[in-house]
Amino acid sequence: MKKTVFLGALTATSLIAGAAAAATLDDVKARGKLNCGVTTGLAGFSAPDANGRWEGFDVAVCRAVAAAVLGDPEAVEFVSTTGKTRFTALASGEIDLLARNTTWTFSRDTDLKFDFVGVNYYDGQGFIVPKALGVTSAKDLDGATVCIQTGSTTELNLADFFRKNGMSYEPVPIETNAEAIQQYTAGACDTYTTDASGLASTRATFETPSDHVILPEIISKEPLGPLVRHGDNDWGDIARWTLNALIAAEELGVTSANVAEMSASAGTSPEVNRLLGTEGDLGAMIGLDADWAAKAIAANGNYGEIFEKTIGENTPIGLARGLNAQWTNGGLLYSPPFR
Amino acid sequence: MSDSHAQSVAFVRDTVIPESPPPALETGVVKWMRSNLFSGWFNTLLTLAAIWFVFMVLSVVVPWFANGVWEASDIRQCREIMAGSGGGCFAVIADRWQQLLFGFKYPSEEYWRPTLAFVLLFIAIAPLLFSKMFPRWMLVLTALYPFVAYYLIWGGTILAPLVALLGFVAGYFAYARVVRRSFAGAAAAGVVVAVVVWTLGGYVSAAAPGFMAFEPVASREMGGFMLNLILGVVCVSLSLPLGILLALGRQSNLPVVKGICVVFIEFIRGVPLITLLFVANVVLAYFLPPGTNFDLIVRVIIMITMFASAYIAEVIRGGLAALPKGQYEGAESLGLDYAQSMRLIILPQALKISIPGIVNVAVGLFKDTTLVSIISMFDLVGMIRGPILASTDWNGVYWELLGLAALLFFVVCYGISQYSQWLERQLQTDHR
Repeated sequence: MKKTVFLGALTATSLIAGAAAAATLDDVKARGKLNCGVTTGLAGFSAPDANGRWEGFDVAVCRAVAAAVLGDPEAVEFVSTTGKTRFTALASGEIDLLARNTTWTFSRDTDLKFDFVGVNYYDGQGFIVPKALGVTSAKDLDGATVCIQTGSTTELNLADFFRKNGMSYEPVPIETNAEAIQQYTAGACDTYTTDASGLASTRATFETPSDHVILPEIISKEPLGPLVRHGDNDWGDIARWTLNALIAAEELGVTSANVAEMSASAGTSPEVNRLLGTEGDLGAMIGLDADWAAKAIAANGNYGEIFEKTIGENTPIGLARGLNAQWTNGGLLYSPPFR
Repeated sequence: MSDSHAQSVAFVRDTVIPESPPPALETGVVKWMRSNLFSGWFNTLLTLAAIWFVFMVLSVVVPWFANGVWEASDIRQCREIMAGSGGGCFAVIADRWQQLLFGFKYPSEEYWRPTLAFVLLFIAIAPLLFSKMFPRWMLVLTALYPFVAYYLIWGGTILAPLVALLGFVAGYFAYARVVRRSFAGAAAAGVVVAVVVWTLGGYVSAAAPGFMAFEPVASREMGGFMLNLILGVVCVSLSLPLGILLALGRQSNLPVVKGICVVFIEFIRGVPLITLLFVANVVLAYFLPPGTNFDLIVRVIIMITMFASAYIAEVIRGGLAALPKGQYEGAESLGLDYAQSMRLIILPQALKISIPGIVNVAVGLFKDTTLVSIISMFDLVGMIRGPILASTDWNGVYWELLGLAALLFFVVCYGISQYSQWLERQLQTDHR
């Protein structure tokens, strides 16, 4: 009997939660702020600067969504989450959007009841080696000692990769990234393997980064993207198409420098016109102003600009576009048409 | 023949030999070194090994400080300036010290408020810690401090802490009026009056949110060492009385009281603190209705306080158990009731015995406040591990930052420890 009451209360709570979650857009508008979940700090992706202002690649997604919905890229309440608290924070409604280099996987999308709205960074597991080793390909690593974080999927990926290529390796098990850097720089292992973006930001912290190279082979798929709660498709659409708008803007040549000019009046390109709201009524279809995309782009620039500013080759992180180039340049970024 | 042997011996000294200094090997530094450092081949070996060890440490640490760089905009510039001299990159501390102390979201023009609260803390606890040196009326300052500190750190209207204070005062007077007739009735009356005052006052302070208000700062904007100090001070001062009650409750003859206390203590002691913190952060968010914003710091304070009070209760129970039965019986034979015998006879002795244990828990608790970094609160360690090491400017500076954290914690914990030793000497009445 007691148990039934308890379960009933739980059901009622989740029903209320569901009802409340069904109108995230209204909640955000009423609040005047977007609650956006980010990491507690990951170089280049999200970290507060000396003045306490959040900066980074994932942060830019939050700001773009806030600009599209509320018209102000600063109207974001950043909620920092750890790897352990991120999903509960989203599921419980504490945050409206999670932009925290989270890998899109089957079980997270289905079993955990989230909706990934796209991919903002295609990551994958890579290798870093000292230049002095003279290795140019991961296929040359036969017999190498490899620093590897135990208990992670990277460990399994590594075993698969070496078995597939008929090579042997000697693992040096380590616990944390900091320990790995220590072991690697001390020469305890020939190579260190983890996500390529992590390798890049790690390399940036070395005294002489140019003495180390990240090998071109990527041995696993880690598509990182923002996600929202399952069940509020209207809100999911807004997040998805804001991300798509940033990607499409790069493809169509809309930048933070020219977006004001281009959205002032209809130009010659119909797709740009539809994107920026000077033609058609795409904004109304998702419950936003006509110039929602223009505001999102004006917040931080288009996808390419954000990439260059936060993690691109001219930053200390120094990531190449690689898979994250537009499809027209041989990458995987491909926004569905704005029509 | 005379008694003297002058004719049988060649020389007899008839003056005292002047005092001469002791042999060089048996005096001063040499003697001290011979007896303390080189008093055998084994000790000599150990001494040489120790000297070598100290030299090795100093040869790294001294240049690290001497060649340290204090002015640079990021780690790359730091390394350029150092040019391999082995110095430390202390510029990160110069650049981010405000974030390390106050967190990165506390408004910078308001830093004086928590600083003032910190200074006032010493004035508030002095009469409590050094009760013999300060007049008793100064305890009023101690009682006022929590409200002042809340007003300073969180800001907002002064009415809110004022109403809270009024509630306590009114509750106390109600209690004092009724307590002669019945203790339980008095406690109930006190609670009722306090709640009435708080409810009425709540309307008043809600109606005038701008009255003598500082800029309000939300709990999630607290951070840095300030957060560690807030959690440490609040939780220690709350868990001590709670722990005493639990310890007494566990010895109670009333089965319900005893049962509750035993279950509480054993449950809390059987669960890791980090689990309780996750419950505070994550699980409560599922059970509370959506939209309720139960302050995260309050949740964490409740959990840490519960955790510490269970440990303190067991420490105090040890003190109670150490008292001979005669003390209890003596108190009863004097005709004292339970409250009087506890207050006048038992607890003063039991608490004195428990001081080292209580201080041990307090020091451990203060250091445990860094665990909140795991539930993404930015305390000192959270600031270092998260935002500062993750910024592209300072990614890779470990020793300097964690060294500073260690220094700050050492100062506080060593201070607590020294105070407790002083207090033990003050309270020493036996003949050891």
